[in-house]
Amino acid sequence: MGKVLMKGNEAIAQAAISAGCEGFFGYPITPQNEVPEYMSKYLAKSGGVFVQAESEIAAINMVYGAAAAGARVMTSSSSPGIALKQEGISYCAGAQLPIVIVSVSRGGPGLGSILPSQGDYNQATRGGGNGDYRVIVLAPNGVQEATDMVRHAFRLADTYRIPVMVMADGIIGQMMEPVEIDTTPIPKAANLWAATGKGNRDHLNVVNSMHLDSVELEDHNILLNNKYLEIVKNEVEYEKFLSDDADVLIVAYGTPSRIVKSAIKTLREEGIKAGLFRPKTLVPYPYDALHEASKNVKFVLCAELSMGQMLVDVKLAVNGIVPVHFYGRTGGIIFEPSEIVNAVKSHLGGK
Amino acid sequence: MTVIFKKTKGLTDKPLTYCPGCTHGIIHRLVAEVLEELNVLDRSILIASVGCSVMSYDFFNCDSIQAAHGRAPAVATGVKRVRPDSIVFTYQGDGDLASIGTGEIVQAAHRGENITVIFVNNAIYGMTGGQMAPTTLPGQITTTSPYGRDVKTQGEPIKVSELMATIPGTYYVERVMTADPVSVRKAKTAIKKAFQNQVDGKGFSMVEVLSSCNIGWGLNPVDSLKYIKEDMASYFPLGVYKDKGKI
Ligand SMILES: Cc1ncc(C[n+]2csc(CCOP(=O)(O)OP(=O)(O)O)c2C)c(N)n1
Repeated sequence: MGKVLMKGNEAIAQAAISAGCEGFFGYPITPQNEVPEYMSKYLAKSGGVFVQAESEIAAINMVYGAAAAGARVMTSSSSPGIALKQEGISYCAGAQLPIVIVSVSRGGPGLGSILPSQGDYNQATRGGGNGDYRVIVLAPNGVQEATDMVRHAFRLADTYRIPVMVMADGIIGQMMEPVEIDTTPIPKAANLWAATGKGNRDHLNVVNSMHLDSVELEDHNILLNNKYLEIVKNEVEYEKFLSDDADVLIVAYGTPSRIVKSAIKTLREEGIKAGLFRPKTLVPYPYDALHEASKNVKFVLCAELSMGQMLVDVKLAVNGIVPVHFYGRTGGIIFEPSEIVNAVKSHLGGK
Repeated sequence: MTVIFKKTKGLTDKPLTYCPGCTHGIIHRLVAEVLEELNVLDRSILIASVGCSVMSYDFFNCDSIQAAHGRAPAVATGVKRVRPDSIVFTYQGDGDLASIGTGEIVQAAHRGENITVIFVNNAIYGMTGGQMAPTTLPGQITTTSPYGRDVKTQGEPIKVSELMATIPGTYYVERVMTADPVSVRKAKTAIKKAFQNQVDGKGFSMVEVLSSCNIGWGLNPVDSLKYIKEDMASYFPLGVYKDKGKI
């Protein structure tokens, strides 16, 4: 396809179509509107199904139904909409459905704002649906990676029969960047469990999240957890930037990690050896790798567009071996490199 | 020896879990017979809802998907859109369809989804212990209307068939009951029509079935059938509320 200049949301939608997405169900909400708009324009043309649902609750349940019937499907939304999808995500996780959810997060709580934010880290990684379940959460740092991760999300969903969320901050959704979308087809799993109509099968297929028998439900929860442990073993991804000789390790994810990179360059020019650790998978979180990377630093600084949500995971990873500090902006305000530089200096100075 | 009656292939051999006297079983059988007679069992997909019929996926002899409370019409939409050749039907109670799921049922009808909805109205939340439903009759005693439904504060029972008939997207809406052999036969005719419409690609069809909950109502099974016939059917009149095929 070659590199083209595309808005993040449209690139995400095109990447999903190229990945073989067969159905999209969604509801309008800023800043992700270009995803359903693009889908309505192009998905049907490539043989897929587009439905504008009456709500995010309906949309995720359409996704549940279509995935249960064996189709490769997705939805997208933003913060308040993702909140409404949590019920359905729990059902999808319980019924082990391979689905993809794109979350282009905005400011909160409540209606918050339509400006970019990372205030939905807890919503994405801990979820609000009921029960013992996990979804995989991928966090791209720009338009190119967002498209790659959407493709990867479909692959992971199929491999593990699990919901996968691509958490793109509102900056990615709205910004234009040169992008090359991989168009290699992604083979679809056979989905022999799907409720497709019995046909010639010698047994019925039932897609269900209910297990009234206690032993059966515990077995099911163990199965889900074993799957998660397998994901932890195989799928953790992160990026390290100038972190090997660093005295100061900054942890950031998504687009803000790129601002942190600029700050690191400035700090290095001033003789302060700073480095970046960027989780690319928020679930599974790179706890071990971050622990290793923080062993020889003076302190870790977690930088987020929130009041400190990933901070909890950073502290879990560092596990007390060095101090963990925090710098965050919210409300749609994006920190400048100079703010990160100053934050680092203030903690160095205080030593 | 000639066989004059045999169990429909539309049901599995699993014993039903419904209370003795409840008419969910009759409605299951009617739906199952229709699926067999229309020869669509192999391409049918049941969307089971949340209520006493939550385990209907064990009883119908077709593939099934269990949906969250109220969401069955949205789940059905997802299935039907990606598998237009399958016969997709929801089986929902009045709490499921007329309370928590009013949005989903109205909007699925509004889009004119080519699905079949079996709406079992027993005027109560059976599964959770007999609480008030949107369809609970005025003055009816339930565990959350212990002094009888007070229409001043709890509203008048919602008339779902009448409501659904006003939606331009619905193709066929009929209210029937399961109170005696004649009404059961009529119910089957309506259910068959609702599925035939889907086979013919006509669009959204719903059959509301007035059904009993003798345990929740605190009546014996015989009086329950009388209650359907006399009390429920007078508030919820039987009949065809919409049939675009007859315009
Ligand atoms: C979100 C949610 N809320 C509440 C419940 C609890 N619940 C289970 S069944 C039911 C009522 C179902 O009543 P109805 O649809 O009338 O069916 P019936 O049991 O009478 O057949 C409720 C409230 C639930 N499972 N999920």
